Amino acid sequence: MNTLIAIVIGALAAGGVYCLLRRSLMKLIIGIALLSQSVNLIVFSAGGLKPASPPIIESDQQILQGNYADPLPQALVLTAIVIGFGLIAFSLALIHQTYRATGHDDIQSLKNTDT
Amino acid sequence: MNTLTCILFILLLAGIAPQLQKLFGNKTGWVLAIGPILCFAWFLKLLPTISSGTAIEQSIDWFPQLGVALSFYVDGLSLLMALLISGIGSFILIYANGYLQGHPLQGKFYSYLMLFTASMLGIVTADNLIALFVFWELTSISSYLLIGFYHESGESRRKALQALLVTGFGGVALMAGFILLGLASESWSISELLNSDFSASNHTLYPAILTLILLGAFTKSAQWPFHFWLPNAMAAPAPVSAFLHSATMVKAGVFLLARLNPVLSDTLAWTLALTSFGLVTMLVGSINGLLQTDLKKILAYTTLSVLGILVMLLGLGTDLALKSCMVFLVGHALYKATLFMCAGSVDHETGVRDVTIVSGLRFAMPFTALAAGLAAFSKAGFPPFFGFLGKEYVYKTGMYLEDYSHIILGIAIVTNILLMALALKAGIHPFWGKENAKALPKNPHEAPLSMYIGPIILALTGLLFGLFPGSIVTPLISPAVHAVAGHPVEFTLAIWHGFNLPLLFSALTLIGGLVLYALRHRIWKITSTLSLNKWTFDNLYMGLFNGFVSVSKWQTQILQSGSLRRYLLIIFSTSGFLLAYKLSLFDGLPRQLDLFEARLLDWATVLFILGGICMIVKTHSRMTALLSLGLVGFGIAMVFILYGAPDLAITQILVETLIVVLFMLVIYRLPAFRDLSSNKTKFFDGIFAGTVGAIITLLVIKAQNLEIAPTVSGQFGEWSYTLAKGKNVVNVILVDFRALDTLGEITVLAIAGVGVFTLIRGQFTKKRKTK
Repeated sequence: MNTLIAIVIGALAAGGVYCLLRRSLMKLIIGIALLSQSVNLIVFSAGGLKPASPPIIESDQQILQGNYADPLPQALVLTAIVIGFGLIAFSLALIHQTYRATGHDDIQSLKNTDT
Repeated sequence: MNTLTCILFILLLAGIAPQLQKLFGNKTGWVLAIGPILCFAWFLKLLPTISSGTAIEQSIDWFPQLGVALSFYVDGLSLLMALLISGIGSFILIYANGYLQGHPLQGKFYSYLMLFTASMLGIVTADNLIALFVFWELTSISSYLLIGFYHESGESRRKALQALLVTGFGGVALMAGFILLGLASESWSISELLNSDFSASNHTLYPAILTLILLGAFTKSAQWPFHFWLPNAMAAPAPVSAFLHSATMVKAGVFLLARLNPVLSDTLAWTLALTSFGLVTMLVGSINGLLQTDLKKILAYTTLSVLGILVMLLGLGTDLALKSCMVFLVGHALYKATLFMCAGSVDHETGVRDVTIVSGLRFAMPFTALAAGLAAFSKAGFPPFFGFLGKEYVYKTGMYLEDYSHIILGIAIVTNILLMALALKAGIHPFWGKENAKALPKNPHEAPLSMYIGPIILALTGLLFGLFPGSIVTPLISPAVHAVAGHPVEFTLAIWHGFNLPLLFSALTLIGGLVLYALRHRIWKITSTLSLNKWTFDNLYMGLFNGFVSVSKWQTQILQSGSLRRYLLIIFSTSGFLLAYKLSLFDGLPRQLDLFEARLLDWATVLFILGGICMIVKTHSRMTALLSLGLVGFGIAMVFILYGAPDLAITQILVETLIVVLFMLVIYRLPAFRDLSSNKTKFFDGIFAGTVGAIITLLVIKAQNLEIAPTVSGQFGEWSYTLAKGKNVVNVILVDFRALDTLGEITVLAIAGVGVFTLIRGQFTKKRKTK
């Protein structure tokens, strides 16, 4: 599965970069979304992927034992997902306002700092 | 009271000057002058102590680890300079009171002027090299504000910037020189340098130290070829010019050379550099002065010339030369301040400063005429004025030189003849020439008291100094000469030395100067036909300046084109290239790819995601793109589920849903996708993106086989319940072990939320307005 995930990560990155290079404001945001998914998966898979139980301590146990998924990348990715959401929400509001103010959704035509 | 209190007191006045202006209105200059006058009195009180050979020291730790202290050292030289600065400074303030009467920014002007005064006092009294440098830079900055005071005028701003850049350039060199000097001598204290037997001339760093410090001093003191900023600094209001040219700014460079004379001199390089640059500056200044008809410009060029003489004298370095240097410096400060203030008054009351127009103002402006006349006589070197003494000593120095006596004496005589003619032109002609009131734009009348009291007192001081050189001036100057020479120099100044060669030269100078003055109308006729503005250093400077601007524009346009596409291409290709290079150095590719170990569900999920990506890239419909983005997100949530991360899966699904909803809200306000890029661009972008993706895939595959450091996850598993009392390890990490991260994350979200709110609120308020 590790190789498969690597391919998925690459594909997400490629799709993200391709969308970022488009001229539409909308695709710019989609590109950012794809790219952050890709990075999230890199972090998630950094510990090596194997089918395992969630890192939750059994009710009769004191410490985590047995075949458990690595909790640390999960914690990092959880933060990253939420931050990514904040970024996208803000970018969406921004392009919305940009379009309202300039009447353009083509990045190439956004050349002035003043409207 | 001590040195620091003096400086701080003036700085305090600088800070509250605009408020005082509101309080005292058109008397503020008089009130503020109390500051420098008190300083002057305090410094004067130190004179007996310092004459007896002790120096006043004071030190406050600043960066003790680096040996940098805010320390002060007042010896004869510092005292002389401080007296000039505070004495002339107080008259300048009073003068500015009249000169800028009614100007809306007069309060601010006082602030700048006081800041400048304080920094100058700092330069001449600082003991620590670094402290001296800080004050040095402060004068550059405050002089920038002063020169560019008439900031509505573009030319004024340009000239202020020029002064700042030229002296700032020198300042940077000076700092480097000071640092090298500090390293070479292992001390940052000037007094230690002076009192130890350290001599930089034997050190391997000496050439670098000398060059850098001379760069600093020469730019500040406007030595050729950096002289061009000084005449341009005439853009400043007259009080500033009077101050800058007489006791401050340009004298800072001369002061620095004099200060470091015991440490740096005694080498051929020092003597050669100072005398040659001094001689060139002398000639350039006086000859250029002859070609000018603007009253202030004439004076500015004579300042150049005098600075050249001072630097040359320091270069010669004999006891006699150092003595002449100090005598000349004091004489020049007194008459130059007076003449500049008088020139300012003429400009102020008549509206012109062209000497071909201004003439015969003696009846209209009797007091100004008196002051200007006295100062001009001193400058021209008539006995018994103090200027006569200065000139006499310069000739004497030249005569007793061992080498090149004739050349230096010759140049000195020529310069002095020119200076004398210029003195008469600037100080006598406007008042005692033919009356020409009709040609003036304003009906001339006497300036207010504030504008002639200073000039008259300073001019009378010049006369007094000349009449009693032995009893008044000698005690003032001999400690300074002692400090510059580094050893006691016994002398008593006298105005009459009997019939000797210097007297003959003086007579020659007088005749030459008078002849030149008599021919002034002819010279003006000739100069008015010359066009001198083509090959000047000012133009060279402008060329360099514009060159810098266009180079930086050019490179900014390449690096910061403003095109997002280009930025992205640069960023991704750079990072992609670096990654690929580093990856090629590692071998870590697994022998066998584990494609076939994957479970069916894995395959299904992966294909699901890949399909979603393809849809996003290919589709022309906004809706399809959006839904595919959602599908990709859910696919990734599936990966999280398969590999033991239910928390992530839950969050991912929640976030994906929210994103799709948000997109939905925005999507119908934006236009539909258009086919904006050509097929060629799309193809190129496809290859580019594919390469980036491939590099990242490779990175991930190779990274999976690396175990760089033991993981801390096991520790978290152990501590999660035992220490933090939580059984869901991921949650415990988030809210306990790495709680600060989470706090940061919440803050970011809150800021994003506020941002979204502000953006959207703007929309509503706009709507309300249009209603």
